[in-house]
Amino acid sequence: MTTDLEQLRSDLLASIDAAAGLDAVEALRVHALGKQGAITGLLKTLGGMSPEERQEQGPRIHGLREAVTAALAERKTSLERLALDARLAAETLDMTLPVDSVPAGSVHPVSQVMDELAEIFADLGFAVATGPEIEDDWHNFTALNIPESHPARAMHDTFYFPPEADGTQKHLLRTHTSPVQIRTMVKDKPPIRIIAPGRVYRSDSDATHTPMFHQIEGLVIDKGITLGHLKWTLETFLKAFFERDDIVLRLRPSYFPFTEPSAEVDVGYSVVNGKRVIGGSEGWMEVLGSGMVHPKVIAACGLDPNEWQGFAFGTGVDRLAMLKYGMDDLRAFFDGDLRWLRHYGFSALDVPTLSGGVGA
Amino acid sequence: MKFTLNWLKAHLETEATLDEVVEALTRVGLEVESVENPGEKLAAFRVAKVLTAERHPQADKLQVLTVDTGEGAPLQVVCGAPNARAGLVGVLGLPGAVVPANGMQLKVAAVRGVESNGMMCSTRELELGDDHDGIIELPADAPIGTSFPDYAGLNDAVIDVSITPNRQDCMGVRGIARDLAAAGLGTLRPLDVDPVPTSGAGPEVRIEAPDGCPAYFGQTVSGVTNGASPDWMQQRLKAIGQRPISALVDITNYVMIDLGRPLHVYDKAKLSGALVVRKAKPGEQVLALNEKTYTLDESVTVIADANGVHDIGGIMGGEDTGVSETTTDVVIECAYFDPDHIAKTGQKLNLTSDARSRFERGVDPAFLEDGIAIAARYVVDLCGGSASEVTRAGTPPRVGITTGYDPALAETLGGLAIPVARQKDILERLGFTVEALDANGDPTDLARFEDLRVTAPSWRRDIDGPADLVEEVIRIEGIDKVPSTPLDRLPGVARPTATPEQKLERKLRRTAAARGFHEAVTWSFLSEAEAAPFGGGAWRLANPISEDMKVMRPSLLPGLFAAAERNRKRGASGVRLFEIGRRYLADKERLTLAVVLAGDRSPRGWQGGKAQGFGAFDAKAEALALLEAAGAPVANLQVMGEAGDVYHPGQSATLRLGPKTVLAAFGVVHPSVLKAFDLDGDVAAVEIYLDALPAKRGGTGFMRPAYVPPALQAVTRDFAFLVPADLTAGDLVRTIKGADKAAIVDARLFDIFTGTGVPEGQKSLAVEVTLQPGEKSFTDAELKAVADKVVAAAAKLGASLRG
Repeated sequence: MTTDLEQLRSDLLASIDAAAGLDAVEALRVHALGKQGAITGLLKTLGGMSPEERQEQGPRIHGLREAVTAALAERKTSLERLALDARLAAETLDMTLPVDSVPAGSVHPVSQVMDELAEIFADLGFAVATGPEIEDDWHNFTALNIPESHPARAMHDTFYFPPEADGTQKHLLRTHTSPVQIRTMVKDKPPIRIIAPGRVYRSDSDATHTPMFHQIEGLVIDKGITLGHLKWTLETFLKAFFERDDIVLRLRPSYFPFTEPSAEVDVGYSVVNGKRVIGGSEGWMEVLGSGMVHPKVIAACGLDPNEWQGFAFGTGVDRLAMLKYGMDDLRAFFDGDLRWLRHYGFSALDVPTLSGGVGA
Repeated sequence: MKFTLNWLKAHLETEATLDEVVEALTRVGLEVESVENPGEKLAAFRVAKVLTAERHPQADKLQVLTVDTGEGAPLQVVCGAPNARAGLVGVLGLPGAVVPANGMQLKVAAVRGVESNGMMCSTRELELGDDHDGIIELPADAPIGTSFPDYAGLNDAVIDVSITPNRQDCMGVRGIARDLAAAGLGTLRPLDVDPVPTSGAGPEVRIEAPDGCPAYFGQTVSGVTNGASPDWMQQRLKAIGQRPISALVDITNYVMIDLGRPLHVYDKAKLSGALVVRKAKPGEQVLALNEKTYTLDESVTVIADANGVHDIGGIMGGEDTGVSETTTDVVIECAYFDPDHIAKTGQKLNLTSDARSRFERGVDPAFLEDGIAIAARYVVDLCGGSASEVTRAGTPPRVGITTGYDPALAETLGGLAIPVARQKDILERLGFTVEALDANGDPTDLARFEDLRVTAPSWRRDIDGPADLVEEVIRIEGIDKVPSTPLDRLPGVARPTATPEQKLERKLRRTAAARGFHEAVTWSFLSEAEAAPFGGGAWRLANPISEDMKVMRPSLLPGLFAAAERNRKRGASGVRLFEIGRRYLADKERLTLAVVLAGDRSPRGWQGGKAQGFGAFDAKAEALALLEAAGAPVANLQVMGEAGDVYHPGQSATLRLGPKTVLAAFGVVHPSVLKAFDLDGDVAAVEIYLDALPAKRGGTGFMRPAYVPPALQAVTRDFAFLVPADLTAGDLVRTIKGADKAAIVDARLFDIFTGTGVPEGQKSLAVEVTLQPGEKSFTDAELKAVADKVVAAAAKLGASLRG
């Protein structure tokens, strides 16, 4: 009996171990443990045994059943594993194949720089103001102390629209963002701190001049504002914009009809690898026009120039972008060339912040 | 405005170096554009004399010269100039010198076997003129061995300053000298007027147009000889780029540049009767000195005689009465023309001249007397003759305001505290008079004054109030001395400053960029042809820079189409561009976002197969995504027609909030528009009208409503309907959504089918309806009731449940 059991155990375990597939494992399970199975048959014999005999044979038969059950499970797991490995092996892909690229877009440098400027000036308490680009003669010239036939009008290379029916020249394309000063002073009560970015137009075209470009205007109207405040504001702004502490400004007395005193502002540059880089004072580049708002301009806006005074400045946004990011041809700004936009544009997530630095 | 350092020193007594002068000019607001010393490049050339000239043994056209250089033994020089001969004094370049005209460095070399130790130079080689027929011939007494630029007076730096429109006084060398003297660079030399003796009546002058020319001084000089002007005058004029013409013409140019005083000289023999200052008659013509004929009208002030117009007053003289080498009697004109008149006439005739640029800024009206005296002195000295008395017609205006001035303004406006005495000194150096008055208006001293009264000089028409005086004292004291003063800062961190419109623009810009679009900035102006498909431009420029930039854009699409076309021509396969900017409509400038999708949507690939183009639904997806980012109520928008002629009539739509408010238009672009822009393939476009978007509704705080997720899970039910072929999916879905507003929270079309099993003229639309139970789950009866409502509602549109 003992020998038979041992023989059965080794036969079954050997067969299980050799089972080639899950079907064979199942057949062996039926053969050993099914209703008519060999081990099932042995278990049934336990009922007819004497207690002593059962005491001896019971553990053996049960031991055999457990061993075979475990062997079947193990073999099944192992075969399933092999089958999975085989399936996965068959599913191999060439992982060097290219994937579809998601189109990447960009923000134009002019927009980016305008956002940078808005961020810097917000910290100084300047709000952003806008005005129409198709302006009238009064806002663009007259209120800014540029009367008709003033030589400064000729300097502006103005684009005009046809005269009104009564012969007066009313509409034109604004030649600067300064009319926004007028609109703001007429509309709002001082104290005023604004910047006004936008498109401006002059009838001029070469590598550094385009008939359309972008300016940003700054205006502060308050009590007790002096040229010293103007100087500090421009220094602070340029240091923040270029994120350099070695920004040196040079003010030069100049003339704008709408400011008195007036100054042009040069910023110092150094030459690094043959390129002009803002900072230091190896040479000077003109970047801004500025001055104390002319009393006549304040009065034209309905404010009392004896009570209110302030400063204004203006500069080219495109030019600031060129100085900071190194473009050298203004015309390319307005071409929409994807290659240029990819090269000089900014990621959507490059949002200028003071904590992260406004430059990108 | 150009002048030379020596010319400046004729008015300014100074020890200052060129660098100091240049620095001071910029410091006081006379921006230096360039400084050039024409003598520098000629420093290695010297005056030399040819001692002997022999035929070159190997070449017929060459000569072998011995040249005296003023030191050491004579040098042997080979020369090909036909005028080279013994005794000639010329200009020799020694080995090492660089010939300006060709950049060649001279060296000792054999020319056809004969050693040559330098080069005798022609005018052209030294860039002093065009003459290349022979070498330069200097007067026999020219000092041998002298540096040629020193001899020729070329060692004089030419300074070019840009004069701002307010500073007409600096359009003469003397005015510049005055500013520099005030800035501490030296002393202004007194002006030498020295009038000539006069006899006999002056020319007859009548002013009939005093508004254009309030004052006209004239003086006759008889018996002149109009030869060449003297070397010193020619040198100065040449140095600043003026061509010497004749003594009389050069005098007018010289006085204009030296003193900022334009003059005119008529040949008296060519005049007939009195000189009349009058308005031109309509259509009257004049041949000006620039050899162009101008047709005038009655707004133009002219100088005429019995025969007609001889001068466009203050701008340009006439050719007919100009002086020539045969002129013997002249009339000198020194007049004051009204600046506004000059500016308007100049603009109208599109005629610029040195005289105009001075008169329109306003010359010194108190300088007519001195001006004509100085002019007559030059004429008599250089051309001989005798002068008549001066005819003085009219009265020049009085210029130079008197204003009260609070010297504290230097600090309270200019930001720089300057002692009163220093301010007075600066102003007086600039020609202002400063009076310190006590409370009674009597003169007092600076320690006790109540009122400072400042009178501007007659040449400072630009000064019209205390702010101008602040500028004067600040610029002379030094604007760089103004200390930086921080602006006051509100306590705490910076407040937000962007307006809702700006925030909207920023959000959309970055959304579009994140969705794969490149932001373009295109011209605000278009050609008429480009604007035409968009209804044409409401704003047409009167003076466009070109026909391509004539009308203000009624849409952003043309600019983007043109950019897309350029990119396609450059080989870009797919173009995804957007722009945020204004459309210029008749009533208003409207902020707009436009998107253009051209070329390949996706390139051919191993997964997707052939390259795909863009379609109307790509445009719709972008429109909705951008509107969503803009905060528009996307779920409530209606898809309607009438996107406009620019689009494919069957593959475009508008998105509206209510039937009237169009928020966006999108679709495939009409093939005829594409053809006009030379674009191939399908192009899709989106326009979002930012100014039509509803303002973000009130709500001041940041608190959001409480989070209440539904207690039970939503269930979905699918319905397939047979509907008339022309029923839109949108109508069906909206009707289904409205069938039971309590239970149905969403309905989504997921299949469209035509073909087998679907009758002709119909289509099958399959819709997934989402039902949200409230407190309790739906019972079968409730679900059936909702389904019945859906079917009934759809039936009203002619839809029947598909069996």
